[in-house]
Amino acid sequence: MQALMHQVLSGLANGGIYASVALALVMIYQATHHVNFAQGEMAMFSTYVCWMLLQAGLPYWLAFILTLGFAFTAGVAIERIIVRPVEQAPVLTVVVVFIGLLIIINSLAGWLFSYTIKAFPSPFPSNAWYGSPFMSPHEVGMIFVTMVVLALVFAFFRFTPLGLAMRAAAQNPVSSRLVGIRVGWMLAMGWGLAGLIGSVAGMMAAPIVYLDPNMMGGILLYGFAAALVGGIDNPWGAVLGGFIVGVLENVAGAYVVGTELKLTVALVIIIGVLLVKPSGLFGRVLVTRV
Amino acid sequence: MSARAILETRGLYASYGPTRVLQALELAVPAGGIVTLLGANGAGKTTTLRAICNMMVRCAGEIHFAGQRIDGRPTEDIVRLGIGHVPDGRGTFVSLTVEENLRLGAYTRRDQQVAQDFERVYAYFPRLKERFRQQAGTLSGGEQQMLAISRALMLRPKLLLLDEPSFGLAPLVVQEIFRILRAINRQEGVSMLLVEQNASIALELADQAYLLETGRIILAGPSSVISSDESVRRAYLGY
Repeated sequence: MQALMHQVLSGLANGGIYASVALALVMIYQATHHVNFAQGEMAMFSTYVCWMLLQAGLPYWLAFILTLGFAFTAGVAIERIIVRPVEQAPVLTVVVVFIGLLIIINSLAGWLFSYTIKAFPSPFPSNAWYGSPFMSPHEVGMIFVTMVVLALVFAFFRFTPLGLAMRAAAQNPVSSRLVGIRVGWMLAMGWGLAGLIGSVAGMMAAPIVYLDPNMMGGILLYGFAAALVGGIDNPWGAVLGGFIVGVLENVAGAYVVGTELKLTVALVIIIGVLLVKPSGLFGRVLVTRV
Repeated sequence: MSARAILETRGLYASYGPTRVLQALELAVPAGGIVTLLGANGAGKTTTLRAICNMMVRCAGEIHFAGQRIDGRPTEDIVRLGIGHVPDGRGTFVSLTVEENLRLGAYTRRDQQVAQDFERVYAYFPRLKERFRQQAGTLSGGEQQMLAISRALMLRPKLLLLDEPSFGLAPLVVQEIFRILRAINRQEGVSMLLVEQNASIALELADQAYLLETGRIILAGPSSVISSDESVRRAYLGY
């Protein structure tokens, strides 16, 4: 029983990571109807930036915040420079651009930082009071940090004029222009925010999976599964999906398929959702009267 | 440019790709006035409004608004000068609430009077106040049209571009909306350029009218003169 409890709780901790990645995917999907395959690599690169700042001797939380700034700026820049020119292109073109981006960022990280696996520190000391037999301090801290970030993101979209404008621009670009919203910049901001959320996932995951250019491969798959479970057009669903996938993966890994086949769980979930309920568990049905 | 015109087009051409829609359009909206643009389907009425906002259509020629040339500028900038466009199909944000739609209307404004303006548009359209927490997509057609007009009003526009506000609505609702449009024009001095298929109600509201046929203006003048014109009466008013 205690072991199951442990599996569920640490699944929730991983779920926070998947939830963040899923939310980043959903944000870009809502605005552009494309899945950003490079989301994980963007997060990985940001994590390397954090690692560099830490190597330079900066305190953890300062490095963390600077990394958020970097991730946001990089997201905006990628949208403006690389994605903008293919905005009107057919979907396959965009897919190829995203895959190209994935490979470029991955190779760039390998070239700059080498493929050697590096340890990445956790800001939560291993003997902290909030540790328990069920969850390590890092897992507790990880849940806390991801929850805070997700709450801030939702508050931003719900309560600020800029957040409202970004939702409007994603939904109805033509009408948004007619009320004076600069739609292009809103899309770029969406990429920036997605990059920022992803970088949190990267920095929180790195102490567990270690830092290397391929660290986000599996996590992106889980994040994608989470987004599909929740319904790829529903941010709340994506977050919930993240926690569901986290727990399923851990429990299945411990009791059903074994740790070696854990990643298969994500793939099974993806195929299962697409076969049975393509709109996801919480996919929104829009009510419209004409 | 005549001193009293708030909007004027000179030799305006517009096309969708290779298809030319407007030809050498000369049009003026007097400050504080209501002008209607009449014509059959495909005559270029909606395109004229899109051309003014530089939206979805390629243009040549000059457009002047409140003393500035606006042709070629991005839609967002033209809107910020004070042109409220109520597009065809209403263009409401269907999955946002009524209140959020109105807040978006005031998005470009940085002054402190936005809260008062909610009351101002609710005074014109009390039904929106009852439904301000509701998703815009669940409103009736008439209510959505009211919301679209209100959203444009939240911009505090100098000029309203109205694209077939009567489209698909019951006659009583149309009358109500046109009565309110007149009130807005009288009380706030907002100029209006109205595109309509319903010629009789449009001529009733407008001071001046232009008749458009396959992208050219074939007739222009005060509404009273146009509505008594023999050919207009037969072709557009049906008596």
